[in-house]
Amino acid sequence: MQPERVDLAIIGAGPAGLSAAREAARRGIGRLVVLERESEAGGTVRHCGHLGFGMLDLARLWTGPTYAAALRQHARGLDVRLGHAVTAIEPGGRLTVSTPGGERWIEAARILLATGIREMPRAARFVSGGRPFGVLTTGALQRFIYLHGRLPCRRPVVVGTELVSFSAILTLRHAGAKPVAILGEGERLDAPSLAGPFARLVLGVPVLKGVVIEQIEGGDRVEAVTVIRQGLRQRIACDGVIFSGGWVPEASLMRLHPAGVDPATGGPVVDRDLRTSDAALFAAGNVRFGVRSSGRCALEGRAAARRIVDDLRRAHSRGVPAP
Amino acid sequence: MTISDLPQPSPHFDLAVIGGGVVGCAVLRAATLAGLGTLLLERGPDILSGASKGNSGILHTAFDAPPASLEHRLMQSGRRIYLDIRERLGLPLLETDAVLVAWSQAEAEALPGILEKGRKNGVREIRPVASEELHRRHPHLAGSALAGLLVPGEHVIDPWSAPLAYAHQALANGAAIWRQAEVTRCERNDGRWHLTTRHGTCSAGIVIACAGNFSDRVEALAGRGGFAIRPRKGQFVVLDKTARRFLPSIVLPVPTERTKGIVLCPTIYGNVLIGPTAEDQDDRERATVDRTSLEHLLAEGVRMVPALAAEPVTAVYAGLRPASDRSDYVIDCSPADGWITVAGIRSTGLTAALGIAEHVVCLVGEHIRAIAALPSPLWPRVPNLAEHLPRDHQRPGRGDLVCLCETVTRDEIEAALTGPLPAGDLGGLKRRTRALMGRCQGFNCLAEVCALAEGRLIASPPVASLGHAA
Repeated sequence: MQPERVDLAIIGAGPAGLSAAREAARRGIGRLVVLERESEAGGTVRHCGHLGFGMLDLARLWTGPTYAAALRQHARGLDVRLGHAVTAIEPGGRLTVSTPGGERWIEAARILLATGIREMPRAARFVSGGRPFGVLTTGALQRFIYLHGRLPCRRPVVVGTELVSFSAILTLRHAGAKPVAILGEGERLDAPSLAGPFARLVLGVPVLKGVVIEQIEGGDRVEAVTVIRQGLRQRIACDGVIFSGGWVPEASLMRLHPAGVDPATGGPVVDRDLRTSDAALFAAGNVRFGVRSSGRCALEGRAAARRIVDDLRRAHSRGVPAP
Repeated sequence: MTISDLPQPSPHFDLAVIGGGVVGCAVLRAATLAGLGTLLLERGPDILSGASKGNSGILHTAFDAPPASLEHRLMQSGRRIYLDIRERLGLPLLETDAVLVAWSQAEAEALPGILEKGRKNGVREIRPVASEELHRRHPHLAGSALAGLLVPGEHVIDPWSAPLAYAHQALANGAAIWRQAEVTRCERNDGRWHLTTRHGTCSAGIVIACAGNFSDRVEALAGRGGFAIRPRKGQFVVLDKTARRFLPSIVLPVPTERTKGIVLCPTIYGNVLIGPTAEDQDDRERATVDRTSLEHLLAEGVRMVPALAAEPVTAVYAGLRPASDRSDYVIDCSPADGWITVAGIRSTGLTAALGIAEHVVCLVGEHIRAIAALPSPLWPRVPNLAEHLPRDHQRPGRGDLVCLCETVTRDEIEAALTGPLPAGDLGGLKRRTRALMGRCQGFNCLAEVCALAEGRLIASPPVASLGHAA
């Protein structure tokens, strides 16, 4: 099968990818496709059911799902392909894509990588203990609750003190669950300092700092975690362990690409134009180095789109044939 | 519970297999193809719930097996049968070969002995490789690798699809499988075994006990004994698929008296495996991981192949090898009792299973009752999960992905939830599809996989509907 030729292929339809698509379209890009592996566009914000989205880029205060819907609305009419998972990026702009119709290939004059981030799961953290059901990330928890109306645990502990950790608490409370505690490895919160008192006073969830998780107990499902805190061992009964934060760029495709990733961040290395060492390949949003607000990702997506459109114009004016 | 798991109307069989691990599934297949009316009893909600869920996926040559042992003989026959039947069952083979590497002068001095043993064990292709060839074959191996042996034929297979295929072929040819059917009583009356299980009672003329880590307890139920199981835990670290480019073949250490040591191994799913540890324990069911051991495994991997330092960890797991207090496999046939014990099948069980099964059925035929091979058995194929062969999502019209990391389609998950032996629990679903085993470990698809499986498993994950949450 002949590869399809496009001017710009955007990988990922989250805030960065959709904002870039809209901006590129407004600036008159030629053939544009957005490749989204999930069955709905919008990205991770789709399952963040609380307020705090849309402020930087759209000057609104929305919940994640409302913000995602607005992003989709803005991208209406564009070629956003759902269920399209890119499985390889070759230098020079060739993509292998798993699609609902089988495997396909795309040759893109420019590619924008906007694949976002995910949380580091328990395995990669080398947490000791059994491997019962009920050990999951905030992302998985939010999908259970907001996308499927299901609750995988009722009395979990939440590990981590980033903003997303408190988002996990809000998500659990929304679903009627009673989180047992927030466990922080450091002595300070990674989230703004008000989050601690907020969790304790408003949500009634204690925040334990300086905690080392010694092991997870349980057979079929989580029964408890044992922690070391201030030199003392403590067993906390719970039925779930939510690992929150510890963000990992979703950049596996780049690890096999000659441009590679930055060993420190795990994300692609880009110059000030958001371009990697492969002249056809740009990156924007959280995939670059970890969690930032969705608004900043959206703004960066727009900036990348402007640079890509300018770059293609320059290439055309130099007489480089269109792909 | 599904229809196929309900007790059969007439629960009387020629032969019952106790234990649905890789050995039990292979024995069930062989006995069924030998024309016997067969039943497999598995205590867990799915086959492969015990020792067989956590091995390294290597098809061994037996070059380093104890010479003249039953283990050696059955590993070699098991390997031969696997290679003979695998294509008809749709089972993969990743031909990697192995290098056994000496990292110190003392280890280098042990190489000639290992070479000689390997050749005596019938692996004639094994040969020494000097440092230069070693590093040419393995450009990412650490400079401190002094010398090694090349072991052609040490290959990688699918540790879960293989026993599943054996079970499927048995079912297609008339066998029955009962799950959640732990045997609680064994009584011999009128020349038959009457087995009480948590799932119902049955009788069989012959029992083949393949009970893995519970082998000695099953023996005791039948008033037998003679050996003790000593579970030996092995922890593993699984690295991201992006690590695979640094590992062209299996890297073996120089073995010690006690263990084969820490192996670096490609997996059939495209990852890199580091492990196992070897830790004796009393618990026969729970195999925990611990940070110290995992860090040690990772450090060993990086010591051998330094480029692995930059590779992300995808998963960790632990398995329990059902070792016994004997040095060889325990395969005891009591013709008068109609009972054959198959126990102490350690880490080599995946390789040896088909050989063990052939041996056991020969014992039945020689000592217990006449057998007659089915004239034209059916050969159902299992779906391919191997990364180096075409996957379902690459076929026209089949790319509706549920598990994004492992590129598992909705059709594949649906197929694993239906058919003659549908997944019995979430673990069984993972083993049949690879779903949830990738780099995000369920961040993206755990909720959706649970939704697809809801109400369709024997043992469901404890997920509540939001309406009933409070």
